[in-house]
Amino acid sequence: MIYRECGVFKTSYAADMALYRAPLAKVAVAAVAVFCVVVVPLGSNDHLLSLANLVGIAVVGAIGLNILTGFTGQISIGHGAFMAVGGYTAAILSARYGMPFWVGLIAGGALAAVVGTFFGIPSLRIKGLYLAIATLAAQFIIEWAINHITWISGGVQSTIYVPKPSLGGVLLNSERKKYYMILVVAALSYVFAMNLVRSRVGRAFMAIRDRDVAAEIIGVDIFAYKLLAFAISSFYAGVAGALFTYYLEIANYEQFTITVSVQYLAMIIIGGLGSVLGSVFGAIFITLLPIVLRWVVEGAWGLFAPPTSAMLDVLANLRLIVFGGLVIFFLILEPDGLYRLWRHVKDYFRVWPFAY
Amino acid sequence: MEFFLELLVNGLLVGMMYALVALSFVLIYKATSVINFAQGELVMFGGFIAAAMLTRYDLPLAMALPVALGLMISFGFMLERGMLRPLIGRPVIAIIMATVGLASVLRGLAPMIWGAATKDVPLPLPVRPFILFGLFISPLNVVAAAASVVFLAGFGYFFKKTRTGIAMRAVADDQQAAMSMGINVSSIFALTWGIAGLVSAIGGVIWGNFLGVDTHLALVGLKVFPVVILGGLDSVLGAILGGLIVGAVENVSAGFIDPYVGGGTKDFIPYVLMIITLMIRPSGFFGREIIDRV
Repeated sequence: MIYRECGVFKTSYAADMALYRAPLAKVAVAAVAVFCVVVVPLGSNDHLLSLANLVGIAVVGAIGLNILTGFTGQISIGHGAFMAVGGYTAAILSARYGMPFWVGLIAGGALAAVVGTFFGIPSLRIKGLYLAIATLAAQFIIEWAINHITWISGGVQSTIYVPKPSLGGVLLNSERKKYYMILVVAALSYVFAMNLVRSRVGRAFMAIRDRDVAAEIIGVDIFAYKLLAFAISSFYAGVAGALFTYYLEIANYEQFTITVSVQYLAMIIIGGLGSVLGSVFGAIFITLLPIVLRWVVEGAWGLFAPPTSAMLDVLANLRLIVFGGLVIFFLILEPDGLYRLWRHVKDYFRVWPFAY
Repeated sequence: MEFFLELLVNGLLVGMMYALVALSFVLIYKATSVINFAQGELVMFGGFIAAAMLTRYDLPLAMALPVALGLMISFGFMLERGMLRPLIGRPVIAIIMATVGLASVLRGLAPMIWGAATKDVPLPLPVRPFILFGLFISPLNVVAAAASVVFLAGFGYFFKKTRTGIAMRAVADDQQAAMSMGINVSSIFALTWGIAGLVSAIGGVIWGNFLGVDTHLALVGLKVFPVVILGGLDSVLGAILGGLIVGAVENVSAGFIDPYVGGGTKDFIPYVLMIITLMIRPSGFFGREIIDRV
């Protein structure tokens, strides 16, 4: 968040580790909170709100993946599948057993954590690219299981319709009400992650990321912490998947394919590996990219000809090209992603206008 | 029994086609330690180029094939210069994600240039399967198997006997040591990607003839992972053996399990095989074991 440290002197370690490191930070956080709670829902129409909702869901998933990949250094290409576990768990609990949505949310997260931990077991022996490939296998195996076990998928086209979520007697039936549901979950995810990464557990994660053998030598129980990272990350994924399911009111495996896993990886790379705020930036960026692209292409196409189906083909291909191109671009030119750019901006304004 | 045997033989033949794709993957990994998630897309791109040469520009096969191979080789060079060179020395995830990004770009670029419709790669091969010992065998599979064997022998000779091949192995072993021995590491990298482009183009022609060329051809690349993990990531022989095993196991199990679960076994069994391999012996059959040092 934007704040200036002038005249702020820390006299204890606790102050140095605090979430709000300067008095002004509280004001900034309050401003963001007001923006999210009041300005966004009241100032935008249903279309914009639906975008905000998709961003919110992506934020939860991206923070989860960043805890695993950015902070612990374990690459996962199965994030989409772990979201599917959460999504289908929530759908089955709500649609078949009439559970309220918060039960589905937590149960979805919990089951995804169990499954994720199971697929994290190979991480004891293998790492880096081998682990990436193992999680890729998780993606395909889970996808297959959902599609071919009728009890899970509910038969035809692996689709389960979910009743509208309700909380305390209020039916969450509009974009605006769902926005608040998603906002609360996303905010909790953010705060939990911020606190996690400055705790003992978070430091253990980073030690494993930076050099796992060295971490083991200084007494970090690698296996336990790796599994914990998988569990937390998959819990986030499961919650995101459940949230998505309640938001769409339908559970469908096509929302959770390998493309989705790759998109989440792109989010944390473009946003910034090992940064919670970066995950938010990345989630916003990748979620809005296709919409902005469509807007641009429609505008450019409209100059010459009316929109046709040929335009949609071009758009679909262009989306892939721009997406892949941006990932490569960021990897080569700005490996720390949008978070680093944000830091540059902040550093500039830190002593502005007296830059000496 | 006869049913089993037929499944087995056809699986083995398809396995040789997997091996062909896996070869290119292994080659890149062996020399440059880059894990290439865009292997399927490279094959697809090769297939698209070959199909365009043969059907759109109506070149005869004897001309179309060299042109397609040449284009793919230069494409390999370009990729190395433009994308992978700047990423040398970066963490694994950066390189993996760069190739994932490349995969996405190629999947968008190919249909944009040549159209999304499925294209043929006509090869002068009889379509009708011939019968050998009572088993139906398609000529294409035999060509693919022959191509794999030729490449295997060729690479075997290349890596063991030629100066460049030995230099490549040296680079794979230790880049710094290779550099201090006077090996031009960057030109070895470029050469590797060029060869990978060549093998991918051959794979694209054969798979394109088998399945038809469209963006779904890239899915072949997903089978590469079980193959190379099983055989060992940096072993050419392992790629062939892994290909054979994956091809045989998936075909046989699909033949027996599919009727009960309604299909899809082929997309699933290779990965189970792979997970088991990763848990028991991560380096596969012939791969080098990784030893950690602080």
